[in-house]
Amino acid sequence: MAEQHAMTTPAHPSSFAQSPLQRFLSATEVDTRLLGMIGALAIIWVGFNIFSGGLFLTPRNLWNLSVQTASVAVMVTGMVLVIVTRNIDLSVGSILGLVGMVMGVMQTQILPVQLGLGLGHPMIWILSLLIGIAVGVGIGALQGTIIAYLKVPAFIVTLGGYLVWRGAAWWVTAGRTVAPMDSTFQLMGGGPFGSIGALWSWVVAVIACAAIIIGLYFGRRQRRRFNFPQRPVWAEITLALIGCGATIGAVAVANAYPWPVRIAQNFANANGIAVPEGGLFVSHGIAIPVLIAVGVGVAMTFLTTRTRFGRYVYAMGGNPEAAELAGINTRWVTVKIFMLMGALCAIAAAISTARLNAATNALGTLDELYVIAAAVIGGTSLAGGVGTVAGALLGALVMQSLQSGMVLMGIDSPLQSIVVGIVLVFAVWLDTLYRRNKY
Amino acid sequence: MLDTSTPLVEMTDISIAFGGIRAVDRASISLHRGEVVGLLGHNGAGKSTLIKILSGAYRRDAGEIRINGETATINNPRDAKAYGIETIYQQLAVADNVDAAANLFLGREITTALGTLDDAAMESKAREVMGRLNPNFRRFKEPVKALSGGQRQSVAIARAILFNARILIMDEPTAALGPQETAQVGELIKQLKADGIGIFLISHDIHDVFDLADRVVVMKNGQVVGQAKTSDVTKDEVLGMIIMGKVPPGATPGPGAIRD
Repeated sequence: MAEQHAMTTPAHPSSFAQSPLQRFLSATEVDTRLLGMIGALAIIWVGFNIFSGGLFLTPRNLWNLSVQTASVAVMVTGMVLVIVTRNIDLSVGSILGLVGMVMGVMQTQILPVQLGLGLGHPMIWILSLLIGIAVGVGIGALQGTIIAYLKVPAFIVTLGGYLVWRGAAWWVTAGRTVAPMDSTFQLMGGGPFGSIGALWSWVVAVIACAAIIIGLYFGRRQRRRFNFPQRPVWAEITLALIGCGATIGAVAVANAYPWPVRIAQNFANANGIAVPEGGLFVSHGIAIPVLIAVGVGVAMTFLTTRTRFGRYVYAMGGNPEAAELAGINTRWVTVKIFMLMGALCAIAAAISTARLNAATNALGTLDELYVIAAAVIGGTSLAGGVGTVAGALLGALVMQSLQSGMVLMGIDSPLQSIVVGIVLVFAVWLDTLYRRNKY
Repeated sequence: MLDTSTPLVEMTDISIAFGGIRAVDRASISLHRGEVVGLLGHNGAGKSTLIKILSGAYRRDAGEIRINGETATINNPRDAKAYGIETIYQQLAVADNVDAAANLFLGREITTALGTLDDAAMESKAREVMGRLNPNFRRFKEPVKALSGGQRQSVAIARAILFNARILIMDEPTAALGPQETAQVGELIKQLKADGIGIFLISHDIHDVFDLADRVVVMKNGQVVGQAKTSDVTKDEVLGMIIMGKVPPGATPGPGAIRD
């Protein structure tokens, strides 16, 4: 059986490539554009590390960077779908603000006081989150319906939404800041207690590595079943090693960042743990908001690449008429995309309010621009049809790295905006060049 | 009248009007198994409108459509597809940012038991169909925009025949193609014909269809001027039918023919 396959299976394109680099890229079938972005990110990180005197590439800064990226990262996965279908959503920051307010009022007033659950009830955090997601989905459904069925351009509808939902956020509490949040809800924002610790982080790493290896194995088995060209075995092993190595590395970094001395001391006192010489070392591990963002990223990648919905999103972006003629209900798909975007805004709102431990009127201001910029830097084309969730997540990380790095270097905030703006335009120009050469 | 067996498609006395203008006026046309019929006429002659009634895009005001001798009800594109009628549009055919397999199965994807896309199964089927149509086709993993015009057209045609089309409508199939690609599409049409599929080729340019068609039907001002086997008439005679409505001796005159 195996011999027969060896005889009839067509050769993998990598066997025709000339230089070792070409052969490597072709054999592993990695997206060269994504690889370029990872390279750019590495340059940014190393550059900041040198110019900030070694402050950037520390467990502490990288851990903070991951937490700071989480909120925008969650939203950008939805923005990819919006932009791929040739739409735009300018209202995500305002939706985040409104939903944050609603969740804040839910957990500080309505649920504990008016419904009498009492402060600190274990159901409060999940009820607040679910109600917030329902509000987000509802807003998305409304905007999506106006865009898809009433044919008002998404730019206008969401520009209106930008004003409406920001105004509505103010209206919830007449501008008053809502604080503090429910103690369980706060865990979604990170911090020493909002992290899963060293042991569970390693558990997550093991599960992720197993998933990578199993995924590669099943992919290979599927190709063999249909007699398609397969990657060389060494390429599969390289991919598995890189994937698992990156996972283990990230977890090791998160685990290398200890709790602040004072908090560790209090924790030790409260639990009767003897503090060793030089203080107690308690690892943060992966922060919960980061775990949420990674989970959303995996789920959205699955949705875009493995489901009919995802296939329709890309087909609609590439050629709306062809999608329509193929019998796809393009309007309903559009509504679903905006509903999904609303739900993701609600998750991002939970992360932001939990992290700040307050719901304020200004929460999410300018987020729509950061989210769109992250998607575009991540290779999503405003012309539609092109963009990946993984690229957009990297784009969010690049944006946040730039900002955080400039803060570390003590650059003034006006100059920070200037740099981010220039990088955005530069990145899109590079992308245009790349695509022109490719096709 | 040219073939005695039951026609695959028979459209009889079809009329449709848009705001008082009779776009198609008592037009009759037929198609047999394994036959290629070229539907010719100037822009605005009513040929596209007539064929859109068959593909379900328009609803006729009067007349009858019979498929395999039985009266057919076609009210929308889905009805037409249920009768095995597939239409290939020159420009609207493909989503060019996804690969060939994704285009072939767009709207009719194969899914696994879990409801996720079964890309391998789709690619396998795509390789099988494309291998039959265009054995040189190798670029299954690339977005369709990276393909040549002829290859894209073969993707569009493959999509139509993948779901057992018996009647194929091709609107200006070679208008945007170079000479070599036009030849490729010609080869394809001959293969489909050999498989027993009936094909309508719509064009305003006689050179596109004359060599491929078994029969031509010429329309002018919404009416059928006449029809003829391509072996019985010359290109110039057909041109005369298109331009002046003059029916040569080798052709059968229709309602729109000029009477002496």
